[in-house]
Amino acid sequence: MTEQPKYRLKVGLATCGIAGGAAKVYRALEEKLEGSSIPLERTGCIGMCYNEPLVEVIEADGQSYLYGNLEPEDSTRIVEQHIGEGKPVTELLVLGRGSETDDPSYFSRQKRILLKNSGHIDPEEIDSYIAADGYEGLKRALTSMTPEEVIAEIESSGLRGRGGAGFPTHLKWSLTRKAEGEQKYIVCNADEGDPGAFMDRSILEGDTHSVLEGMLIAGFAIGASVGYVYIRAEYPLAIRRLQIAIRQAEERGLLGENILGSGFKFEVFIREGAGAFVCGEETALLMSIEGKRGMPRFRPPFPAEKGLFGCPTSINNVETFANVPRILHQGAAAYSSLGTAESKGTKVFALAGKIKRGGLIEIPMGTTINEIVFDIGGGISTGKPFKAVQTGGPSGGCIPADLGDTPVDYESLKKIGAIMGSGGLLVMDEETCMVDVARYFLTFTREESCGKCTFCRTGTNQMLKILEGITEGEGREEDVDTLIEMAEKIKAGSLCGLGQTAPNPVLTTIKYFRDEYDAHVREKYCPAKKCKALIDYTIIEDACTGCTVCARQCPVDAISGAKKEPHLIDQDACIRCGLCTNSCKFDAITVTSMPKGEDELCHR
Amino acid sequence: MEADLKADLKSLAEEQPLYALKEIVMRHEGQKGAAIPILQDIQGVFGYISPEMLQRAGEFSGIPVNDLYSIVTFYAQFRLEPIGKNLIQICHGTACHLAGAEKITESLQFETKAPAGKTSEDGLFTLEKVACLGCCSLAPVMTINEETFGHLSPDGVRKVIRETRKISSAEKSREEVTS
Ligand SMILES: Cc1cc2nc3c(=O)[nH]c(=O)nc-3n(C[C@H](O)[C@H](O)[C@H](O)COP(=O)(O)O)c2cc1C
Ligand code: FES
Repeated sequence: MTEQPKYRLKVGLATCGIAGGAAKVYRALEEKLEGSSIPLERTGCIGMCYNEPLVEVIEADGQSYLYGNLEPEDSTRIVEQHIGEGKPVTELLVLGRGSETDDPSYFSRQKRILLKNSGHIDPEEIDSYIAADGYEGLKRALTSMTPEEVIAEIESSGLRGRGGAGFPTHLKWSLTRKAEGEQKYIVCNADEGDPGAFMDRSILEGDTHSVLEGMLIAGFAIGASVGYVYIRAEYPLAIRRLQIAIRQAEERGLLGENILGSGFKFEVFIREGAGAFVCGEETALLMSIEGKRGMPRFRPPFPAEKGLFGCPTSINNVETFANVPRILHQGAAAYSSLGTAESKGTKVFALAGKIKRGGLIEIPMGTTINEIVFDIGGGISTGKPFKAVQTGGPSGGCIPADLGDTPVDYESLKKIGAIMGSGGLLVMDEETCMVDVARYFLTFTREESCGKCTFCRTGTNQMLKILEGITEGEGREEDVDTLIEMAEKIKAGSLCGLGQTAPNPVLTTIKYFRDEYDAHVREKYCPAKKCKALIDYTIIEDACTGCTVCARQCPVDAISGAKKEPHLIDQDACIRCGLCTNSCKFDAITVTSMPKGEDELCHR
Repeated sequence: MEADLKADLKSLAEEQPLYALKEIVMRHEGQKGAAIPILQDIQGVFGYISPEMLQRAGEFSGIPVNDLYSIVTFYAQFRLEPIGKNLIQICHGTACHLAGAEKITESLQFETKAPAGKTSEDGLFTLEKVACLGCCSLAPVMTINEETFGHLSPDGVRKVIRETRKISSAEKSREEVTS
């Protein structure tokens, strides 16, 4: 046996970490540690995305220290002071003994089952996964259970699909198992279409094998020998790690013929999505794998009966699959002890927006919105009041701050007009314009509508036109009612979930923030000061030093004034791009939006 | 496609584009539903897909050109025009939108003179709007040739572009001298 090293170092090298500069820190550490026997490992998303780049130092007794917000230069101090002299660099610590931040509550209020490995194991090393009880669930299924018993175990765990709709996973599996057909397929939906979310990507990047293991167990349960992972082409790192994981699993006999001597065979192929949101919808996704335009089709028949290449197919989300090995390994009872009566287990969220501590979090079902925003997320980053959260992306809804006690589970969210969604959780403060948010999501769905259903195609377009009008100060009194009416028609007249849910962001913002719509329509006033047509940029005379920076930044030469004299913005020429405010070092430029009535008073 | 293979095919494409194209198509022989992966590989190697490439891909694969055409026009991933020297992807995901992505795009348009989704006349910059790049904590975010830039501000991105322009122009004049 080799001697246990005194320290081990891990660098979080998922997309979030690399974007934050972690690769540079990794290289700097590598250089510093050259010639020493201290292992330097790479790992997935550690979860504290707001503190990237992150480096964990683990002492021989298991004591862990997490350093955050690092620059490459900091590696010198970590190596010399902590590794060399045994004295942790307290100023750089974000977690661990001696840390002076309040970040620990970020983790202590979470329950990390799915994310247990992410940020700890090396996702490119199968042994690292196996050492963390990887493939134990598969082993249990293949060596001691029948497919029916596996499905029964999933049933008693209470697992529901994490792709958004929350369909019971065991039902899908048993339908596919019972369907007639020699050839059956497993498909993993890694299309992750919500434009503000990255949970599936992080799981695939940080704990790749867990998804493969889930697919294998599903394949055994329904009697499928082939699996496809349909993954966004925009996720190159996740794709590469999947390729590596598949190759390693094949080398170990965990994929291929006669797996673990059980006679079960299974192979996995990767298909890259080509940038169409609608392909996240299951029937469109299958069309896309078949090499066609991804257009949803009418169900029934459901994929469980007639799916990929006409064969029975069970299609599940990445996170759903990642749950499966945990359930099989720890048992259904342990799993279902977490969560609420109808929603079991945990849910991973990408917590982002105007939040202090944003990142990849995992909570037991039933945790409230307020607990997520304040206890885990540390509150609003701007210091302004908390206004709303948005879940479910373009299919979801906005939840106002005064419903912050709502527990996060499928039924409670549905009751208030929102949905669980796949795991995007956007926090908004007072400076967020809710009409603009609705417009944003509708721009997205209008763009992504495949065009098959008239209501979805032209309806989203017309709703968007109205919303644009409102944000541009052209709103009419009847607009909001028209929006509600059209929303109901689009919901009823669309074939797939895209159209059926596209109006949700509009409906929930109207329901909870009607006053903001009214302010835009009646007073041509944007309370959040976001809508360009309704705001003015003005220079505060007393604060302006006449430094001329803003005048030079202005792309349309709308700012004039002599050097060292207060400047002036020509309101007719100004295009409200914000470059001046952004460049002013003296906070001398303000953004104002004036209710129409008051505005007229001022000018009188 | 694996990185090594892609590099090989890229250098082959510079010498003998048609041969490289055939090679790409033939790698998918016998594969079910191969049309999209074939087109993805062509774009991966050539950077975009021209009408001529579509035609040839149809001939080599036996897939009707019409089908290929309907695919490249449906999926946003496919580019029918070559990209500029620097590909700028601006995140318009939800978090980045809330953090002011529209202002960033506007500022980039001013500085690069490229319309959104298009390439600047000097061929130096292509602007592309994309959804969540997976680092919302750094919003607003963009990537230039796959390097990520976070916490952007409208005037900050102008500086980044000016730097990039300097480097690209220097490279260009060096190329002109050597050729
Ligand atoms: C427009 C649209 C987009 C969707 N996008 C996704 C997605 O990106 N990822 C996903 O897992 N499910 C997505 N779904 C849901 C899938 O159709 C399907 O329900 C899901 O993959 C089933 O997996 P589950 O039972 O494990 O949740 C989408 C549905 C619609 C209507
Ligand atoms: S929304 Fe831009 S990185 Fe996520």
